[in-house]
Amino acid sequence: MSRNLPVLVAALLFAAGYSLCATQFPAFLTTRVVGNLLTDNAFLGIVAVGTTFVIISGGIDLSVGSVVGFTTVFLALAIDRWGIPPLAAFGIVLGAAALFGAAMGALIHVFEMPPFIVTLAGMFLARGAGFLLSTESVPINAPLYSAVADLSVSLPGGGRLTLTACVMLAVFLVGGVLLHATRFGATVYALGGSRHTTGLMGVRVGRNTIAIYALSSLLAALAGIVFSLDTASGTPLSAVGVELDAIAAVVIGGTLLTGGQGGILGTFLGVMIGGLIQTAITFDGTLSSWWTKIATGLLLFAFIALQQGSVALAGRPGRAARLRPEQPVGRPVEARP
Amino acid sequence: MRGTISIKAMLAGALLAWAGGAEAASLTVGFSQIGSESGWRAAETTVTKNEAKKRGITVKIADAQQKQENQIKAIRSFVAQGVDAILLAPVVATGWDAVLKEARDAKIPVILLDRDIDPAGKELYLTAVTSDSVEEGRVAGAWLTKTVGEKPCNVVELQGTVGASVATNRKKGFDAAIAPHANIKLVRSQTGDFTRAKGKEVMESFIKAEGGQSICAVYAHNDDMMVGAIQAMKEAGLKPGKEILTVSIDAVPDIFKAIAAGEANATVELTPDMAGPAFDVLKAYKEKGTVPPKWIQTESKLYTAADDPLKVYNSKKNLGY
Repeated sequence: MSRNLPVLVAALLFAAGYSLCATQFPAFLTTRVVGNLLTDNAFLGIVAVGTTFVIISGGIDLSVGSVVGFTTVFLALAIDRWGIPPLAAFGIVLGAAALFGAAMGALIHVFEMPPFIVTLAGMFLARGAGFLLSTESVPINAPLYSAVADLSVSLPGGGRLTLTACVMLAVFLVGGVLLHATRFGATVYALGGSRHTTGLMGVRVGRNTIAIYALSSLLAALAGIVFSLDTASGTPLSAVGVELDAIAAVVIGGTLLTGGQGGILGTFLGVMIGGLIQTAITFDGTLSSWWTKIATGLLLFAFIALQQGSVALAGRPGRAARLRPEQPVGRPVEARP
Repeated sequence: MRGTISIKAMLAGALLAWAGGAEAASLTVGFSQIGSESGWRAAETTVTKNEAKKRGITVKIADAQQKQENQIKAIRSFVAQGVDAILLAPVVATGWDAVLKEARDAKIPVILLDRDIDPAGKELYLTAVTSDSVEEGRVAGAWLTKTVGEKPCNVVELQGTVGASVATNRKKGFDAAIAPHANIKLVRSQTGDFTRAKGKEVMESFIKAEGGQSICAVYAHNDDMMVGAIQAMKEAGLKPGKEILTVSIDAVPDIFKAIAAGEANATVELTPDMAGPAFDVLKAYKEKGTVPPKWIQTESKLYTAADDPLKVYNSKKNLGY
């Protein structure tokens, strides 16, 4: 129960916030706003799924925003300047990103380096590489792009469920299955509980760590593809700071920043809450847009407090376990859904 | 459960904070602003609010914090709200097609401010209100040729950031204006990066290299560099504004102080009022169906000591520059 509490709170928060907005701005009841919420946050949502895996495994990935930026520039140049067919370019960039993530995972595992430092280096590397390719925004004029831009399901009431929104929903679905119903997912939780114990249990820690970071970078590249489809252009400036938005969404969604606990549904809610705040502030139109950041910051504080509170209240693995590390507690086993 | 309640209360507070004004007005316009990275842009936001108020227009401003994704979100929100028009100051030139199509499908006209977008998107907006930076350079050059007359004159130039289109264009316009006058010679030209500190530094090196007495005029691509250059000239014992003519561009408040003190001669305005002309064509378009030209060029107005610089200073100092 206590593990589901943060998700429950996030869901209630989203519902309450949305209702409050609807009373203030009737347009919130149209499908257009719902469609926008999904489309606008599609790339953030996709990134956040990868971030969820990384954080539950006890790590962090700061490079994802830069990977998104690099992907958009690479695609724009590859398709528009070098004449590579879009689908081939997608394949190349997804493969390259997965390798990039795998390399970071390998560094983290083999040299036992902190993920923070390794992925920080990855962040600078990918952002720099993006600017090396082009310092300007490059338009993409491929037929596939204009076809995709018009591809959407019209919802009753003027809204549109775009392809990018559908891709995000699919990623959440697949990510949910992967995390909550497979052996790999159980390992992710176990790693977040205790790397050492997980290793003793016979799990191949290295291989799984590499897979987790490869997945995170792969999803970031997918988010970059979605972003480039949405704008039909690429710029090295895109998605600056998205890694932090993703981490915020994951934590608001109830995932423990120290790892071992959390879930995909919460992350979805976290992304939507962030989007809701931003939409509400745009609808108002008189407040400084920086209130988005302030509201997100306050929510983060509240959720971290809530998590700590519920861990302490549960009184079980939490503090006692951390004081006596030589007595491994059954957290990894318990974490299996 | 206590935690839940307090969070709800906090959320209610946060949301109530903006639950203030949403009353109906004649025209509601959404403005997607890039951010507030420079004094000029802050002034543009303030002027937009003022101009809207003058005309009884409700304006909703979304500050994109330099991010295109935020601008796209803002435009989508404006469409969802069903605003009457959208003003967009685009942060980059490409990537607007899809979202501008959404606005067009909803029959909401979009007007670009201050910057243009990629040619492919031309039919997606009503008009673009921008300044012509070549013209700004030309106006500065024309003032100098008129003031100098037939006397020989050695000019030094403080360029903007290398590669910035504004800097290239302001140089181009100035060069074109002085080219027919053989008595005016551009003897030194170096970048001052649009900053005060760099402007001062480069001017010091100019004075050392040329000798203060042989410099007849300074042209700076923006006022900030000129303010630095004035400092350098004063420290070298020269009298800017009297012994050495100055002309720069932007018309920020501080240069008017210098003009009033007799230490600077002229500035060309890059007006922060892009929204005023936009609102005017919008009203004509909404009420009479008048389709404006694709490009509305703002005036590059020249200010000198004859224009009551203190009064201009006072009118500009509270705009957020």
